[in-house]
Amino acid sequence: MAVPLLYAALSGFKSTDELSRNPVGLPESWVTSNYTQILGSGDFWRLIGNSTLIAVGTTVLVVAVSALSAFSFARFAFRGREVLFTLFTMGLMFPFAVAALPLFLLLRSLGLLDNPLGVILPQAAFGLPMTIIILRGFFRQIPGELEEAATLDGCSSFGFFWRVLLPMARPALGTVSVLAVVTSWNNFFLPLLVFTDAQWWTLPIGVQQFQGQYSAQYAKVFAYLVLAMVPALAFYSVAERQLVGGLTAGATKG
Amino acid sequence: MTSTFLPDKRTGRDAGPPPPATDRARSRARRRALNWLTAAGFQLPALVLFMGLVLLPMLFALYAAFFRWGGFGMPSDYIGGENFTRLFQDDVFLGDLWRCLVLVVLSLVIQLPFALAMAVLLNQRMRGRAVYRMLFFAPYVLSEAITGILFGMIFAPDDGFADQVLGKVGLDGLGGEWFADPSTVMATLFLVMTWKYFGFHMMLYLAGLQAVPRELTEAALIDGAGPWQRFRNVTLPLLAPTLRISVFLSVIGAIQLFDLVWVTTAGGPDHHSETMAVTMFQYGFKRYQVGYASAISVVMFAISLVFALAYQRFVLRRDLEGATTTMRGDAK
Repeated sequence: MAVPLLYAALSGFKSTDELSRNPVGLPESWVTSNYTQILGSGDFWRLIGNSTLIAVGTTVLVVAVSALSAFSFARFAFRGREVLFTLFTMGLMFPFAVAALPLFLLLRSLGLLDNPLGVILPQAAFGLPMTIIILRGFFRQIPGELEEAATLDGCSSFGFFWRVLLPMARPALGTVSVLAVVTSWNNFFLPLLVFTDAQWWTLPIGVQQFQGQYSAQYAKVFAYLVLAMVPALAFYSVAERQLVGGLTAGATKG
Repeated sequence: MTSTFLPDKRTGRDAGPPPPATDRARSRARRRALNWLTAAGFQLPALVLFMGLVLLPMLFALYAAFFRWGGFGMPSDYIGGENFTRLFQDDVFLGDLWRCLVLVVLSLVIQLPFALAMAVLLNQRMRGRAVYRMLFFAPYVLSEAITGILFGMIFAPDDGFADQVLGKVGLDGLGGEWFADPSTVMATLFLVMTWKYFGFHMMLYLAGLQAVPRELTEAALIDGAGPWQRFRNVTLPLLAPTLRISVFLSVIGAIQLFDLVWVTTAGGPDHHSETMAVTMFQYGFKRYQVGYASAISVVMFAISLVFALAYQRFVLRRDLEGATTTMRGDAK
């Protein structure tokens, strides 16, 4: 499992020449220039910046909107609730590829191509089903007496949501946020469609372009791949619990 | 007293319930309307986003599938079901369906059992368990693009890692073109998919295994059941809901596979690794046959939907209540 990752990390320290002579072993002399060159270029950091901006934007939007909706699903009995909820759960089955074409045309006519919003808004929209399902399950566990008490104290519905429910739901919000960040960070298809201008490229697109550009210089590409993996792996090692918890919760709930 | 005699009868018939009750009904209706408005207000942002960017594009794809359309202006050249009939005579698309089936079957008979075996293994008390978990799950966090490019280089003909290692140990004959040879491309792709996704399924199973009460396996042990019997008759049935979900996700994933293929082979060589999503992308964004590409989208969606509905109806139904109630205990 770890072999491909270790191989890539070591290869990044070799020269492309050495890579063909000595593919497996430790580098004869540790060449750090592959790594430092990439880290020293502004391009790489811009990709990271773009990916971060888009991931944060998507996460804030999808969590905020889903929390409102999940609250309403969990706390109100209203006409049409089940139909609406079914509609959202069906969204889990909508393959993004199906909507890609019309979505692209829609974004084009809205002037959102080469605009981070063109990625953030659709990503948030497609993230809604999973987020709503997880949050709804969580909100339902919070006892109704709390809401009654808050109402007696003169709290409005939104006041209860904002001042009582959200602070209590912090662990669940953490879980869905981590999920949203990872999904956005790894998204390839949508940024590929939306961004033609290199200025807005995200990390996965940048990696693909870099590989195309330096396809003969293996060691360089390996170093780039490794550096591109670092943020995701670092994030994962910090947020592992939330991520795994969220995936299993979402999955067992179908 | 007398003055109220006649009017009283009239109110009884015409105005419905006596005045205090009317008031109560009216205020109840008002409260219900207010309640509905509040609930709707909370739903509004999600609904706008979902309708505008998910449902609307889906419906539009369905509409565009009935036109010959290059993607500029509005579709106007209505051709009925011609795109669909063309689709089912298109060798590439029929190949997509076949390859999709192959991936589904391979996932179900190789990837998932492998994930289950690892999960059972890692569920034992053993040294470094946490490290193994982290390690196996890590590929799932890496983006498809990065994974694909990494393996594209590992499986590059001749100077790739795989060929070189095989060469070093004297198995030159086993190495080869990997992604570049029509007869091995799908196997190579499946290998990468397994690397990437089996950790995810393993994590699901581990979560399911944690929920299996220890007393049950211990009781079976006392009754003299061997390890295999304990697994087969106690663990497996209790894990069934998790298994069914993982099968579901695996199939849906195979139907919609795009990123990994796009960055490794882009469907080649000569369409031998193309999936429905890749074909759709080729027609829609490279050849500007948007109507035809929409028809592919629609078929892809129909397959996902039919599978999902059938699965939900026949396999998942009884799990969902159980799963959600047990989750209430877990999710903290």
